[in-house]
Amino acid sequence: MFRLEARTSTPAWFNLALPLLAIGATLILCSGLIALAGAGVVEAYGVMFSASLGDSYAITETLVRAAPMIFTGLAVAVAFRAKFWNIGAEGQLLAGAVASCAVGAIPMPGPLAMLLMALAGAAAGAAVALIPATLRVKFRVDDVVSSLLLNSVFFYALMALIEGPWKDSFSGYPISPPIEDTANFPVLLEGTRLHLGVVAALVAAPVIWFVVARTTLGFRIRVTGENPEAARYGGINVERVLISTALLSGALAGLAGVGEVGGVHFQVMSDISPGYGYSGIVVAMLARLNPLGVVPAAIFLAAVMTGAEAMSRATGVPAFLSDVIQGTALLAMLAALLFTAYRIRRVGATK
Amino acid sequence: MSTPAPLIEMRGISKSFGAVKANEAVDLSVAPGEILGLLGENGAGKTTLMNVLFGAYAPDAGEILVQGRSVAINSSADALAAGIGMVHQHFHLAPRLSVLENLLIGIPGRSGRIDRAGGLARLAEIGRQHGLTLDPDLPVSALSVGEQQRLEIVKALFRGARLLILDEPTAVLAPTEVDGLFSALRSMAAQGLGIIFISHKLNEVRALTHRCVVLRHGRVAGRVDAPASTTSSEMARLMCGHEIVPPARGPSMPGAAVLTLDGISTSHHSGMALRDVSLSVRGGEILGIAGVSGNGQRALAEVISGVRAPDAGKMTIAGKTVSRFSPSTVQALGLGRIPEDRMTTGLVTNLPLADSMVLPRIGTAAFSRNGLIKPDAIRAFAEAQIKAYDIRCPGPMTRAGALSGGNLQKALLARELAFDPKVLIVSQPTRGLDIGAARFIHEKFLDMRAKGCSIIVIGEDLEELLMLSDRIAVMYEGRIVGTLDSADASIARLGLMMTGAEGHA
Ligand SMILES: Nc1ncnc2c1ncn2[C@@H]1O[C@H](COP(=O)(O)OP(=O)(O)OP(=O)(O)O)[C@@H](O)[C@H]1O
Ligand SMILES: [Mg+2]
Repeated sequence: MFRLEARTSTPAWFNLALPLLAIGATLILCSGLIALAGAGVVEAYGVMFSASLGDSYAITETLVRAAPMIFTGLAVAVAFRAKFWNIGAEGQLLAGAVASCAVGAIPMPGPLAMLLMALAGAAAGAAVALIPATLRVKFRVDDVVSSLLLNSVFFYALMALIEGPWKDSFSGYPISPPIEDTANFPVLLEGTRLHLGVVAALVAAPVIWFVVARTTLGFRIRVTGENPEAARYGGINVERVLISTALLSGALAGLAGVGEVGGVHFQVMSDISPGYGYSGIVVAMLARLNPLGVVPAAIFLAAVMTGAEAMSRATGVPAFLSDVIQGTALLAMLAALLFTAYRIRRVGATK
Repeated sequence: MSTPAPLIEMRGISKSFGAVKANEAVDLSVAPGEILGLLGENGAGKTTLMNVLFGAYAPDAGEILVQGRSVAINSSADALAAGIGMVHQHFHLAPRLSVLENLLIGIPGRSGRIDRAGGLARLAEIGRQHGLTLDPDLPVSALSVGEQQRLEIVKALFRGARLLILDEPTAVLAPTEVDGLFSALRSMAAQGLGIIFISHKLNEVRALTHRCVVLRHGRVAGRVDAPASTTSSEMARLMCGHEIVPPARGPSMPGAAVLTLDGISTSHHSGMALRDVSLSVRGGEILGIAGVSGNGQRALAEVISGVRAPDAGKMTIAGKTVSRFSPSTVQALGLGRIPEDRMTTGLVTNLPLADSMVLPRIGTAAFSRNGLIKPDAIRAFAEAQIKAYDIRCPGPMTRAGALSGGNLQKALLARELAFDPKVLIVSQPTRGLDIGAARFIHEKFLDMRAKGCSIIVIGEDLEELLMLSDRIAVMYEGRIVGTLDSADASIARLGLMMTGAEGHA
């Protein structure tokens, strides 16, 4: 007979072992679906792997996809540290995309344009995140619900823009006019799509780690998240911390949108984000809210996404498998987190 | 008393948490009708042993016998089935449900329906037998702490417990409530129930129990067969391994007033409001605040700590009027605070101890500069305090929640005293602490007093207040009804004033 027993401390290697365990469990669980779809499991995963990480071009494609999820993953990780439940990274990303696209369409020198695009996108994302944070601080509105619902608001606002006043008059499609060519983010490797924004994402992770671990703001975020009462009595302005966290989180999610506009699409369309904001939640959980862990977690999900498309072409397994893997990975990680609080003990088999 | 076949027996119980041997080869038995005292310093392993008995932990070795038969207790359900009930230090009640609903949780009624009438009848019967009366329809959130504890006891009896474990039940009770609890426990024992009673208050143990087991470092350090005729100091020696001498209080040499409250009143937001409270504490003086809890002590502590702004009145610290009430402004004026509620308003249990130790001062130059924290300084500070106060823990990066109550209290004390506060406000400073730890805390307060610090001690333990204070103010219904010099105060007189009888200031 087995039972769960509360743990008092978690060994450090858990931080690495748990996500790996969750990913392993996910791949095993999902192999059942692949088999059901009539494909060879080994073959399917093989195609997934080689298409996403198999050669240098594949790796750059995966990194390009990982970049927005690094930003949204960081956004969620920072927010969740303070127990500000920001489920709204998707809407914040869209706002960041729109703002940076509008700025990028103004003719000006390239570097200046890129800088202003980033600032505008970050500010837009922050402004959007401010809504649920203010509602929570001032009116005690549940931030999960308000931030989640705002995603739809911003998605349909975006649709209204690009179907209406902001529709690109040249193409006639529901897409925004493109940004100036000079505002396109430089490509770092000839013949790939690896753009400056990817580097920005990779740099953002250690920066955010530093903010959380080494600044007084980070200290206040951690303390407020773990025990708001002790924080308040300790002289921390809990409301202000929540607002600061929301601004930081929203700005990061906004930057995800900036990268997509400046480095990948150069304009805004309705499917500019295939749910990168939601994937950020999976990324942050897999990373156990550690900003450094966000990078490998985002690369994993990106690899699943790029790989799933290739697998679908090669084996006929629907590419939706990628969504299933994401969802399963989140659930597996949540289940695995149980082991940080409990351990399994064998108890006397005697009855 | 004669010992019939034991109700339960624990044989050779051992339980380790990693390197910590919480229990080692412990033998213990309780006979029907017997009240057994379980004593020991903080961290001696009392709670762990009871958790083993109640099925929360599986022992590493040893066996448990219920009425002579070896049983495996793997869950609280097993324990309840074996007739073992436990009242934990932290209650396990559903606050929105009524008293009756809480009693009926988990009790299968006939064909899945809740047997309300049967429940009411049993509740009334238990109330009549042991004087444990409760209004069945009140929601738990409306009950006082004492009533919640009563409900926990009734819950255990309801489920047919024949052995009742009470883990420090009196720590949360007012002195008057303790009498009620004791008569209920005696009545239960008279009916043949076994009771295990844990407490750090030796006079209670001597008054209530028939026999005691003393734990030290997880092992049985001694047994006391006649607690009533054993002195407290003998028991203390068994617990700690050495004599505990009361600290000496030097002559009082109060200086100028450091903290003054003038006509402070608060609104009724939560709990009892303050009504026109004025007091002053001088340098080198300890002012005790006596009173039955719930008479405004919390609001008083919150105002002084800057957490709550008063609606009227004036507060000054070291001559400066507090114009904006916030924890950081009063702290900057020299206020230190040791909260009553270590876990909720004091520490962050899930973060390293070092973080909790610098929490109120993270923004000061000692621990941060230009918005960047100084991890080395934080660590060094925590390490130095751990050493200076002999805080038992693996190191500054240990999760704060893993420390025992006494060590948590030392950590909070260390964090405030390290910055030489001009005024220190403390609530229930030794609640739940063993006598050795309590003595240590008292000594520190007296040291601070000798250094000229003004200290306000809010408490219910009148003996402690009398021993520490230069003057004692009594609170009743949000007012200060009188202030006595300790020399003129006695437990009887304070007790009378605590019921609202006007004192002579
Ligand atoms: N879940 C746990 N994990 C690790 N160590 C633990 C755990 N529970 C208790 N301990 C350790 O075991 C020892 C005994 O703790 P226990 O809580 O039983 O002491 P206690 O006698 O009840 O003390 P107190 O009087 O402070 O309540 C302590 O050193 C404590 O730190
Ligand atoms: Mg205990």
